[in-house]
Amino acid sequence: MEYVFSDKTKRLTFILMGVGLLSILLGFFLGGDHASQRVWTSILISGFFFFGIALASTFFLALQYAAEAGWAVVFKRIFEGISAYLPVAAITLILVFLAGTFHLHHIYHWMDPQLYDPASEHYDAIIAHKEPFLNLPFWWIRTLAYLGIYIWFTRLFRKRSLEEDGLEPTNRSFFVKNQTLAAIFLVLFGYTSTTFSWDWIMSIDTHWFSTIFGWYIFSGMWISGLVMMSLLVIYLKSKGLMDFVNDSHMQDLGKWVFGVSFLWTYLFFCQFMLYWYSDIPEEIIYFKARIDDYTWVFWGTFIINFIFPMLLLMSKDAKRNAGFMTFVGCIIFFGHWLDVFMFVTPGAMKDHGHIGLVEIGTFLGFLGLFLFVVLNALSKRSLLVKGHPYLQESLHHHIN
Amino acid sequence: MSKAIYALYDDDEVMMDGARSILSKNLRINDVYSPFPVHGLENVLGIKWTRIAITAFLYGLTAATLALLGLWYIMIEDWPMNIGGKPNEFLYQNLPAFIPVTFEFTVLCASHGMAITYLIRNRTFPGAKARNPHPRTTDDHFAIEIMKEENSGMSDDDIRDILKETNPVEIFEK
Repeated sequence: MEYVFSDKTKRLTFILMGVGLLSILLGFFLGGDHASQRVWTSILISGFFFFGIALASTFFLALQYAAEAGWAVVFKRIFEGISAYLPVAAITLILVFLAGTFHLHHIYHWMDPQLYDPASEHYDAIIAHKEPFLNLPFWWIRTLAYLGIYIWFTRLFRKRSLEEDGLEPTNRSFFVKNQTLAAIFLVLFGYTSTTFSWDWIMSIDTHWFSTIFGWYIFSGMWISGLVMMSLLVIYLKSKGLMDFVNDSHMQDLGKWVFGVSFLWTYLFFCQFMLYWYSDIPEEIIYFKARIDDYTWVFWGTFIINFIFPMLLLMSKDAKRNAGFMTFVGCIIFFGHWLDVFMFVTPGAMKDHGHIGLVEIGTFLGFLGLFLFVVLNALSKRSLLVKGHPYLQESLHHHIN
Repeated sequence: MSKAIYALYDDDEVMMDGARSILSKNLRINDVYSPFPVHGLENVLGIKWTRIAITAFLYGLTAATLALLGLWYIMIEDWPMNIGGKPNEFLYQNLPAFIPVTFEFTVLCASHGMAITYLIRNRTFPGAKARNPHPRTTDDHFAIEIMKEENSGMSDDDIRDILKETNPVEIFEK
């Protein structure tokens, strides 16, 4: 059950990366008035999207340990493979943040020091009021702390997993240790996923705030991660490398995709409805910018990410059908990329944003980078863990 | 004259193995009584997949339609309600406000509809007389039911012999 990262596949990922690099360069030189802003925006969109997928994978792995769930042990190497992208994702995000700090782009409007200076004509009382939290040094400390925590936990999970391969399945020492680790991670993740959503995404629309925003971002990350896991498993299974994964595993993964799609919709609607209902100018501005200037993308995202999985993934047979799951998975995947597009673009580009060559090209480039790192990590070890105490339970997983 | 012969077991695995060996001897099993769902038993007995999910979907669809229809009539058509100055000429203008009610009504109808359908289909109404052959099948024992009519090719003694080989704790007729 060894996955070999063939030269052909490698070449494909390099081509994707080349397309990405080319669209970034073309965007810089031929992009017109908002060229640099547009390119950085699209790097942030795709960078954050794939960061979310990698992080969701570590989260999901930790969740299996904390819940003492046995069924997903056959997917453990997939989780580890996807989360191997986390350090690379951190670098891409840090690049965007550095560029912002040095004013190469103005996605983060609040990074402009004049806003905090009462003598300046650009003085913004609302943003100045947020200064104790939203100032560059503290923001950078938080950013590095989040990334550091996530990468440290991910690497520790991976290290223990490789060591566990040499142990007897009756040896539960690593399992118990990992449970503690997972519990600590989930608590940290619970707080930091909310605060990084404020810091990296919500602060783009600096005046606006939403208390449920962290959950909304988190649910989007989670569903994108689950779709990525499903697609990877389907791909590897079609190559005959994951024959130990049976229909029941696929159905359970499909259930997660189905269920978390609802979680996302629920949070989307929670946030939307309360603002829509109260209709307070300083709050509704966020949705006004989106619904007025990006009508089709905004509602299209909602329809793609809610109606599609609801209607198409409801039945048991649909979840077990690889072709069907691939079709729905690709659509949801793109839908959640659009969702991230919706987080960033209206704030960063005002009404000048659109989905064109730069955005799609950058997305493809990041996809290539992501696939290269993930497939490379998967090819390092056997696709099935060896010493996990719940391995047999997972191999015999059966539901009706 | 009793209609059925029962084999009582004290372990679900023994009962499953028993059911397999009974079926392999061309004896038809009418039903199995168990205090909890036994994993994989439906495959052994060849029980068809339940259609209750389809009924749930239909109940939910009906409920969602009814709820929206009701809200439309009450809040838009019969006496347009002015809440917070929101436009109230058409349903879609106020749709977000109606979604929570529609959602709750859908869940209410789908779950009650499913429960009631289940009770009707299995004829287990509240207050219905218990139909399990042995009181301990609601506690910690499992009973396999063999109807004599369905196995008219075999004498009672043949059936009893086959059942005896499967290590039951008790064989009885009712």
